[in-house]
Amino acid sequence: MATVQVSEAEKVYILHGIRDDLRVDGRGCEDYRHMEVETDVVSNTDGSAKVTLGHTAVLVGIKAEIGKPRPMIANEGYLEFFVDWWVSANATPEFEGRGGEELGTELSNTLYKVFNNQHSLDLKSLCISPGEHCWVLYVDVLLLQCDGNLYDAISVAIKAALFNTKIPRVHISTDEEGGKEIELSDDPYDCMRLDVENVPCIVTLCKIGHRHVVDATLLEKACSVASLIISVTHRGIITCSRKVGRGSLDPESICEMIEAGKRVGKALHPPLMKLLQQEESLGKKRQKVGFLC
Amino acid sequence: MAGLELLSDQGYRLDGRKATELRKVQARMGVFAQADGSAYLEQGNTKALAVVYGPHEMRGSRSRALHDRAVINCQYSMATFSTAERKRRPHGDRKSTEMSLHLKQTFEAAVMTQLFPRSQIDIYVKILQSDGGNYSVCVNAATLAVIDAGIPMRDYVCACTVGFVDETPLADLCYAEESGGVSSLALALLPRGGQIALVQMDARLHQDHLETLIEAAMTACKCVSKVLDEVVRQHLQETSVLSR
Repeated sequence: MATVQVSEAEKVYILHGIRDDLRVDGRGCEDYRHMEVETDVVSNTDGSAKVTLGHTAVLVGIKAEIGKPRPMIANEGYLEFFVDWWVSANATPEFEGRGGEELGTELSNTLYKVFNNQHSLDLKSLCISPGEHCWVLYVDVLLLQCDGNLYDAISVAIKAALFNTKIPRVHISTDEEGGKEIELSDDPYDCMRLDVENVPCIVTLCKIGHRHVVDATLLEKACSVASLIISVTHRGIITCSRKVGRGSLDPESICEMIEAGKRVGKALHPPLMKLLQQEESLGKKRQKVGFLC
Repeated sequence: MAGLELLSDQGYRLDGRKATELRKVQARMGVFAQADGSAYLEQGNTKALAVVYGPHEMRGSRSRALHDRAVINCQYSMATFSTAERKRRPHGDRKSTEMSLHLKQTFEAAVMTQLFPRSQIDIYVKILQSDGGNYSVCVNAATLAVIDAGIPMRDYVCACTVGFVDETPLADLCYAEESGGVSSLALALLPRGGQIALVQMDARLHQDHLETLIEAAMTACKCVSKVLDEVVRQHLQETSVLSR
C-alpha cells in the first residue's frame, strides 16, 4: 500500500491514543469509518458497486462472459479478478508503473483465495453445460483513492457488486449436426441472480503497540509493524487468513486479533445485506447518485 | 448500413436528438479529497473521472525539467468494464498513449505553465463508461479538475466531437454514430478567444464541408463552456464560506 511520512512524535501520539482506545479521529479501536455503498453505478456492466470508506474509494465492475470451464473442475464456473490501481495515493514515484502493478497482483491473488471457491459463492450455478460452457465472472476492481484498509473496502464492494449482478439466462439447444447452440434470453429482466449469503467480508487488523485496530488509515498503518487479514462470513466462520507486514506477531496476539476480527466481521454483514436489499426494493425509483452527490 | 439511420428525414438522430443538440452534461468538482484537484463529468452515457496533482517538484528524471515552464504529464486510461466488450489492457496500449499525448498538447496550450518553472503537473483521466466522444469528455473533465486544483489557465478548455452525415453536421457523437462510419472531428476550444487548442480528424471529408464542420464544433464547444462555467460557479458557492 502507499506510504505516508510520519514523525516520531506523531507515532508516539497515535500509540498512546490507541492504548487508551481513542484514535486520532475519535473512533474506538473496533470502529469503522463512515462507509457508503452504492450499487449499479456503471450501466454497461452486469453488476457494479462503489464503496467509499472514509477517504478510500473503490469501484467494482463485474462482466459475465461465456467461457470454457477449468479442466480440473468441469461443472463449475469461476471468477477472474483484476485490480487496477489508477493513481497512487500521493503520486509517489514507487507506485508509478511497475510498483502499482505488483501491489495490484498481490491484491488480486488474495481476492482469488477468498472469493473464488465453492464455499463463498455457488460456482455450480454458473455452469451452463459441464465441460464445455460456463459463466466466467470478470471482477474488475478500480482503486480510486487510497487511505488505508483497501482489503475491507474491496471485499464489501465485491459482495455488493455480486449481489447486484444480473446474469442473463441461457437456453441450450442442439442443432442438426449435434453441436450445441447457446441462446441468450432477449428479455433484459430474465436473468439469474447470485446468492451472496456466504460471501465473506475481509477484515484487516493492524497491530499498533500492544493493541490492534480495525480499519486503519494510512497514518495508523505507518505506525504499525504487522497486520492480520482475515475473511469472515456472516456466521462468523473464518475462510482465509493471512499475516502481512514486515514485523512479527506472537501467537497470543494472533488469537486475540482473530477473535476481534470474527466479532467485527460478523457484525458487518447484517447492515450490509439490509442496505443492499433496501436498494434493490426501491427498484426503478431509486435515484442513482454515483459521483454526483 | 440498412436499418440504422443516423439522421432520419425528420431530423432526429438515433437517440432522438436533433443535429445540433448535445447530450446531457452533469458534472461535479472536488470528488476526491486527497488529490489537489478532481472532477467527475458525464455526457450522456460517457462518464469520466479526472484527477490533477500539482504543481509539484519533478518526479523521476530531473533532466526532463524545463527551465522556464512546467511539464504537463497526462495519462489517459479506460476502466476494463467501460466498453461493451471487456478491455483486457487498460494502460499502455496505443490508443491510450495517443490520447494521453493529445491531452498533453491540449492542456499545454491552456495552462499558464510559465508561472511554474521546473515543476510538474499531473493530469490523470479515467473513462468509467464509454459511449462515444471519449476525448471530449476527458478534456471537459480535466478542465474542471485543473480549475479545482487552482492551477491558472488562460480559459476553459471545452471539447466536442462532431460528425458529418447527409450534408448536416451532428454535434456530440455517441458510440453508435462514431462506429457507424461517420466522418468525425474532435475539437478542443478556448471559448473566449475562439482559439483552437486541438483539432483532430481521421476520416475522409470534402474540403468544402470542413469549414461548416469546424463552425458547428465551435458552437457546440461554446455551449459546453456555458455548462462548465455554471458548474464551477455552483461549486464555488457551495464550498466558499462567504456566501453563507
